[in-house]
Amino acid sequence: MVKKFEAGNYDVIVIGAGHAGVEAGLASARMGAKTLMLTINLDMVAFMPCNPSVGGPAKGIVVREIDALGGQMGRTIDQTHIQMRMLNTGKGPAVRALRAQADKVLYQQMMKETIENEPNMTLLQGMVEELIIEEGECHGVITNTGATFRAKTTIITAGTFLRGEVIIGDLKYSSGPNNQQPSIGLADHMRDLGFDVVRFKTGTPPRVNSSTIDYTKTEIQPGDETPRAFSYETTEFITDQLPCWLTYTNAETHQIIDDNLHRSAMYSGMIKGTGPRYCPSIEDKVVRFNDKPRHQIFLEPEGRNTKEVYVQGLSTSLPEDVQQQILSTIPGLENAQMMRSGYAIEYDAMVPTQLWPTLETKKIRNLYTAGQINGTSGYEEAAGQGLMAGINAARRAFNKEEVILSRSDAYIGVLIDDLVTKGTNEPYRLLTSRAEYRLLLRHDNADLRLTDVGHEIGLISDERYSRFNAKKDMIDAEINRLKEVIIKPNEATQSLLEEAGSSALKDGIRGTDLLRRPEITYNHIKALIPAETELPGDVEEQVEIQVKYEGYIEKSLQQVDKLKKMENKKIPEGIDYDAITGLASEARQKLREVQPLSIAQASRISGVNPADISILLVYIEQGKIAKVSG
Amino acid sequence: MEFDTIAAISTPMGEGAIAIVRLSGDEAFTIADRVYRSGGKQLQSVPSHTIHYGHIVDPKTDETIEEVMVSVMKGPKTFTREDVVEINCHGGVVSVNRVLQLLLREGARLAEPGEFTKRAFLNGRIDLSQAEAVMDLIRAKTDRAMNVAMNQMQGRLSRLVQSLRQEILEILAQVEVNIDYPEYDDVEEMTLTMMMEKSQYVRDEVEKLLKTSEQGKILREGLSTVIIGRPNVGKSSLLNSLVQENKAIVTDIPGTTRDVIEEYVNVRGVPLKLVDTAGIRETEDIVERIGVERSRQVLKEADLILLVLNHGEELSDEDRRLFEAVTGMDVIVIVNKTDLAQEIDLEEVKQLSGDHKLVTTSLLKEQGVDELEEAIASLFFDGSVDLGDGTYVSNSRHIALLHQALQAIEEAIQGAEMGMPVDMVQIDLRRTWEILGEMIGDTVQESLIDQLFSQFCLGK
Ligand SMILES: Cc1cc2nc3c(=O)[nH]c(=O)nc-3n(C[C@H](O)[C@H](O)[C@H](O)COP(=O)(O)OP(=O)(O)OC[C@H]3O[C@@H](n4cnc5c(N)ncnc54)[C@H](O)[C@@H]3O)c2cc1C
Ligand SMILES: Nc1nc2c(ncn2[C@@H]2O[C@H](COP(=O)(O)OP(=O)(O)OP(=O)(O)O)[C@@H](O)[C@H]2O)c(=O)[nH]1
Ligand SMILES: [Mg+2]
Repeated sequence: MVKKFEAGNYDVIVIGAGHAGVEAGLASARMGAKTLMLTINLDMVAFMPCNPSVGGPAKGIVVREIDALGGQMGRTIDQTHIQMRMLNTGKGPAVRALRAQADKVLYQQMMKETIENEPNMTLLQGMVEELIIEEGECHGVITNTGATFRAKTTIITAGTFLRGEVIIGDLKYSSGPNNQQPSIGLADHMRDLGFDVVRFKTGTPPRVNSSTIDYTKTEIQPGDETPRAFSYETTEFITDQLPCWLTYTNAETHQIIDDNLHRSAMYSGMIKGTGPRYCPSIEDKVVRFNDKPRHQIFLEPEGRNTKEVYVQGLSTSLPEDVQQQILSTIPGLENAQMMRSGYAIEYDAMVPTQLWPTLETKKIRNLYTAGQINGTSGYEEAAGQGLMAGINAARRAFNKEEVILSRSDAYIGVLIDDLVTKGTNEPYRLLTSRAEYRLLLRHDNADLRLTDVGHEIGLISDERYSRFNAKKDMIDAEINRLKEVIIKPNEATQSLLEEAGSSALKDGIRGTDLLRRPEITYNHIKALIPAETELPGDVEEQVEIQVKYEGYIEKSLQQVDKLKKMENKKIPEGIDYDAITGLASEARQKLREVQPLSIAQASRISGVNPADISILLVYIEQGKIAKVSG
Repeated sequence: MEFDTIAAISTPMGEGAIAIVRLSGDEAFTIADRVYRSGGKQLQSVPSHTIHYGHIVDPKTDETIEEVMVSVMKGPKTFTREDVVEINCHGGVVSVNRVLQLLLREGARLAEPGEFTKRAFLNGRIDLSQAEAVMDLIRAKTDRAMNVAMNQMQGRLSRLVQSLRQEILEILAQVEVNIDYPEYDDVEEMTLTMMMEKSQYVRDEVEKLLKTSEQGKILREGLSTVIIGRPNVGKSSLLNSLVQENKAIVTDIPGTTRDVIEEYVNVRGVPLKLVDTAGIRETEDIVERIGVERSRQVLKEADLILLVLNHGEELSDEDRRLFEAVTGMDVIVIVNKTDLAQEIDLEEVKQLSGDHKLVTTSLLKEQGVDELEEAIASLFFDGSVDLGDGTYVSNSRHIALLHQALQAIEEAIQGAEMGMPVDMVQIDLRRTWEILGEMIGDTVQESLIDQLFSQFCLGK
């Protein structure tokens, strides 16, 4: 038995220094809370166990949101990427998204350095074995060396470490990602505390040595030429980019997989955890879509100072020898040397309906969980939750009100609401289709949506805030100007319109109306009726989007109005669902489990139907009357 | 939800030919203004608690539907404490139904039974003692209506709506994949042209359906529902209780002959013209009494027969002959007076009834009427009534939703014509899909994501 000793008092303790942990810890420290961050291996801070890439549809918007709220992910990837691309540029502004290929090692170094330089932060290597729980409240943690840390609030961001098990073909062993030490004591402790736990699974493809790839047989995928950045603070852009490469599987590849299916952990029954549908292994893809003659394989460099290349599209739990055979069938990889084999990992995740929308557990006060431990998958999903948990844990420590983002505020709001309201039966990934107001939740307007909140909670500096307000004013002023200016049908106008492939004007037209024509951009307008002073690019972009899509935006806003009304109907704390006669029993059970905060949230629970909502409303009103008259 | 504007026909009992369409909710004034014409007068800007003369006009066709008096009442000094508009119509059943229909098309939702009362309560108008009653009402009515919608919406219309939804879902899924997995080249890029084609197809189908409702006689007249049965079994009582249960009586038109009473009621969204074959002399056989010709006529024109039997008496030959007379028709068999000791042979009744629905009631004790309404609604809830000359959409709620779907799909087409980005056009397409889903009680969002992953091969 290791002897326990008192090791210090903090406001907030964060267990884990993955993508959730670093956001949680940094937010907490920056909000002035004395913060301790514990991690199993100090060399693995902000480690990317899977693809060396940040962003993409929905996820990229989360990174922007994190930045608008004062988080770190965007700033760090801006300084450490090897390539960036804006995706979906051919589509509407709502679905545009940025994706960066990361220099994995550099990302970790920079992130660690940022944490080390944070004044209120203590970063420490240590394996937490148990929590200090007294009377349903969490008071701190105890590590395997006996160190006892006390804190007002604690956040667990243990990722895929809880009773992690790595599987490669018929080989299975207890391990965290990338052969790190798994977290078993804490996992058992969570079960002992009575938390509902599920077993999830995910996987990663092999890595190969770049020198052994014949790139002439592949297609090049360069980054964008236009400099891009996630963070609204980034002013210096990386211009020297590295390309990715595209190749394909073929009939031969599929034959090998077919022949060896019985050796795949996925099919031999070795894996019991639920895997995500959106990240199927290659054997999954070949079995489920056996009519497809080929599947895409992207070759992504893991960094500037390494030869390791990530083989996207080949995630697998087949045995190592089969993985090597598969590789050798793929054009460009015939002689590729596999540096690490792909593997699957199974781990414990908490059933997320056990959480409040603040990410505090319902069972234990002052204990929060964030990241993959909550049943999600992905760095951005983890980081978004980490940030919100950090904010709420720090505010609790200072007795301040909680901060909850609505589904109409941010993808982060959608993510957390889905988790705590509906739960998930597979590792949850954000998709743009999960957001019913996605037209409002754009890449370009993350700052407009969230900077106020970031400033209010103290994560956005006054200086940045005043820059933001200036931008907002410029946008409004320019839209107002375009609403008033009449563009006359003179020669200059007509010839510009003709050039743009737009029909000639018969009468004068308002600037905004002309801008609404699909083929007309702000640049055309600018050429005809320039603003007094040249506006910054992001202001012009906002003006264009807000004017062009006003009709659609308006429609979404009306829906949001309805949502807000329902959100404003709060469900009183500690409501006794058993006392409400008339609720259907499934609804009663679900309501008891989820304990929604508002009627809006209640109505999103599956199994709660409109009649139940009506009855709930009546009951709440009844309670009010009873209070008034009694 | 309590957060939208509701409408229903609510006629005060015994006020003859005047029928009122009542609107309540935030958008009551705006919705009313869309169909109300009186010079340039806007109901949203008139003083509260005033009455105005004008016309109800279909904004799409400019057709005048009704000459009306409209009361405008601003919340909270109204029954529901919300903004309320009451449209007083004079023109009888036809135009009142059309006014209601129009309001539903313009954004109101058909009120559920007791919903005005419920709102009054929710907004603090009704005291505690009434609360329990309101909750019971909601449970009983809403649940049953939901169950009917979920379980019994089968048949033609439902299949049609489902296949339309599937068509849309496939477009949606493809657009989503293009968005969420832009680098996957094996998924075809959904183009505006493809979206346009599909959208036009969906629009045409929805329009066809709506045409049937507009041309169909059902909305004008209601489903002709004839109550038959031996003397004294409770036919008139049945009519009365259906009428009282559903305060949505439109009007009572005196029968052309003294011996037929007609009442218009709206049972769970199904408009009925109830015909009570009253006044037949006790001693005579009904079928004979009406005369072979005439009874054939009445029965032939009926869309639905309510055949009433007496629980407290044995089956007679007359009863059996009634069963014969209605073979091949839509029939609901009602065994009434279950409060009396059983004399009737229920086994034989079941056998005679065959496939027809069987409901037992005690109208005296007010029992079983809900089940009867449910039976009526479920018979017609899929909204398609085969009247021999085609399928008609007959349910007010369905018609309103079809109108909304039409509008949404038209907006999608407009967007595509204007060259809006695919993901914008998709917003309206998705709305169409959701609205059609409401028709068949299915709005689960997960199904889109399921479609995504079953249709396409995605992953890292
Ligand atoms: C093999 C694999 C494949 C993946 N594939 C994908 C994919 O295809 N797509 C995708 O989106 N995402 C994928 N992911 C998930 C992605 O890596 C995670 O979602 C993300 O890293 C989660 O971040 P996190 O902060 O929640 O956890 P992690 O990044 O895992 O961080 C957990 C942290 O907790 C610490 N910790 C754990 N237990 C303790 C303890 N007891 N005491 C102290 N510290 C502790 C660890 O040291 C670590 O710092 C994959 C992950 C793995 C492992
Ligand atoms: N005990 C009992 N009496 C009922 C019930 N329903 C109706 N009655 C009574 O039966 C009698 C006849 O009811 P009506 O509704 O007039 O019957 P009817 O079929 O219209 O009769 P005719 O018009 O004369 O053919 C009245 O006295 C009713 O009160 C019931 O469920 N139980
Ligand atoms: Mg009678």
